[in-house]
Amino acid sequence: MRDNRSEKGWQGPAFQAGAVLLALALTALILVVTNAPPFAAFANIALGAFGSWQVFSDVLVSWIPLLLATSGLLMTFGAGLWNIGIEGQIMLGGIFTTWMMRSLASSALPPAMIIALSIVAGMAGGMLWALLAGVLKAFGGVNEIFGGLGLNFVATALNLWLIFGPWKRPGIASMSGTEPFHQSLWMATLTPQSRLSPAALLLAILAIVIVFFLIEGTYLGLRLKAVGRNSHAAFLLGVPTRRYLLLAFALCGIFAGLAGAIQVTAVYHRLIPSISSGYGYLGLMVAMLVNYRAALGAPVALFFAALNVGSIQLPIMLKLDSSLAGVIQGTLVLLVLMAQGLRMRIRKRRSLK
Amino acid sequence: MTQTALLINLAGVLTAAGPVVFAVIGETVSERAGVINLSMNGTILLTAMAGFAIALATKSVVLGFVAGAVVGGLVALVVAFSSITLKQSQVAVGFVLTLLCRDLSYFLGNPIMGQAGPRLSIVPIPVLKNIPILGLLLFRQDFMTYMSFLVILLAWLFIFRTRPGLTLRGIGERPEAAFVRGAPVNRLRYLYTTLGGAIAGIAGPMYSLSVKAGWKGTISGLDGIGWIVLAITIFGGWKPLRAALGAYLFAFLQWLGLVLQPALPGVPSQVLQVAPFPLMILTLLLVNMGNAEGVKRLIAALPGPARHAMDKMLRALNATPPSSLGTPFDPE
Repeated sequence: MRDNRSEKGWQGPAFQAGAVLLALALTALILVVTNAPPFAAFANIALGAFGSWQVFSDVLVSWIPLLLATSGLLMTFGAGLWNIGIEGQIMLGGIFTTWMMRSLASSALPPAMIIALSIVAGMAGGMLWALLAGVLKAFGGVNEIFGGLGLNFVATALNLWLIFGPWKRPGIASMSGTEPFHQSLWMATLTPQSRLSPAALLLAILAIVIVFFLIEGTYLGLRLKAVGRNSHAAFLLGVPTRRYLLLAFALCGIFAGLAGAIQVTAVYHRLIPSISSGYGYLGLMVAMLVNYRAALGAPVALFFAALNVGSIQLPIMLKLDSSLAGVIQGTLVLLVLMAQGLRMRIRKRRSLK
Repeated sequence: MTQTALLINLAGVLTAAGPVVFAVIGETVSERAGVINLSMNGTILLTAMAGFAIALATKSVVLGFVAGAVVGGLVALVVAFSSITLKQSQVAVGFVLTLLCRDLSYFLGNPIMGQAGPRLSIVPIPVLKNIPILGLLLFRQDFMTYMSFLVILLAWLFIFRTRPGLTLRGIGERPEAAFVRGAPVNRLRYLYTTLGGAIAGIAGPMYSLSVKAGWKGTISGLDGIGWIVLAITIFGGWKPLRAALGAYLFAFLQWLGLVLQPALPGVPSQVLQVAPFPLMILTLLLVNMGNAEGVKRLIAALPGPARHAMDKMLRALNATPPSSLGTPFDPE
């Protein structure tokens, strides 16, 4: 999967391009079968994502949490961990941020300070939730997939309880979330109508850059990868595997918590039941698709965000469900995985001859 | 609550557990062969949509269930092909399929959303239905709920009491040994993964044609159940009887949440609805904990009586997965 020495350089990209084309063809086929016009659908998605500055800024709004989730997951993937609990980590980020906001809202601190502290609290929340999955894995023998899934459900329950219980809006509790914060506590956006916060965008880009350098250029990244590829061998060579495993979880949790914090302070200005909006799971798909190569994380996440935002208009324009975006993303990742396997199989056949 | 009302309620719990039973048994069969089919959450949604769509189009509930089994088997076949033939990570492929099948069900199911369609009817069993208590509880159900009782028994018989069942356990536990003894490991893994997927594929139509009749897209209330199915499979220790117990426990807890709601006005209803999920996971942690080094050392440090009690409890709950679960087998 990662060893490319023994083959011609063009083969990998050729297989991947083939997978992308096949994914588009398959999605077109699904559209044709359901009596929908494929080209109109694709054109609508493209227009819905890049047609105007307004929609493109929405793509960027959606890119921010996805990029943060991807950044975190590249760390855990690097260490060979399937951090499926990232959804819960994003939620806890949102919860801790809201908690800090509520505690400091009536204090004398300047708003910028309150926002900054709340974001830090969100990062801490995400980290704690991730470490919980890490401790369960390292010391309880609980597979991170199931520990993480369990913690996702607990996070959902906690979130709902807060929104409908202690933090409910005065008078009525509802699925629309907690009482919005005072406008002075909203993260500044580009224009008053836009939801795009330049500071959040900067933080997300910073995150992927940090992860790129951590993975590609540091001793830490090297050791993480060693733990990921062969934990036992790394342990025998003197790498404290447990510590690195927990470190990968903690770093991922911080990025996930930041994503939750930004959703609360910059996008929704309150805590809502679906605060993670599936960005964690989508981040897993992106991280899988880029296969450890952090440099590809940003463009692929942008592409996925564009698909999500671009498909929002589909129900109105073509009476198609917006889940078409997910169908394209899923088909794409599945076919890339299969192309990867096929390529290895062909190579193995050749070397046997 | 009168006795009759309580019994009718509990009979409803058995009905509600039916789809979970099918899914858990299917997953158990697949994992016994060494293949994790992580796609359960997507499989249940897609088969629910497909089963309802076919039943709606053909006016036949039977064909709806057949469609569910076929779709479930096909999804599992993708897992098998990608992991066995193409040697990709089972978890990766399963996870992608989880999301892909979910979105596919929402996309393809859009035109039939909210339509009224056929549904299963109650078929009381003559004579048996008149047995006091049990009659009301067990023998006034729909056909597929009876089948859910049967599938538990059949799976148990097959896995633990037949020769092919022994081979099934063998290819999941010690594939090398099974191979040496002449078992075509990878071909059998294909077979059992697809079979397990087909069994699990019954779960979807059971929802859309009975337990939560109809297709309501994102508000069908089915998103999440597949993850619980995977947890119950572990809780069940890869044994059909214990897995079924887990399924009934889960359905019972969900019912309890509904019943307790008026008694607990302080707890929002949304929390009670998700309460069984964390509870299930907590049990899961206990099941797993006995295997961990740290926990073993912790228990060893306890004073005598407490140690014995803890030891006993953990041993009763403990379950070890098939040794080769999730790892590919290469005959060379």
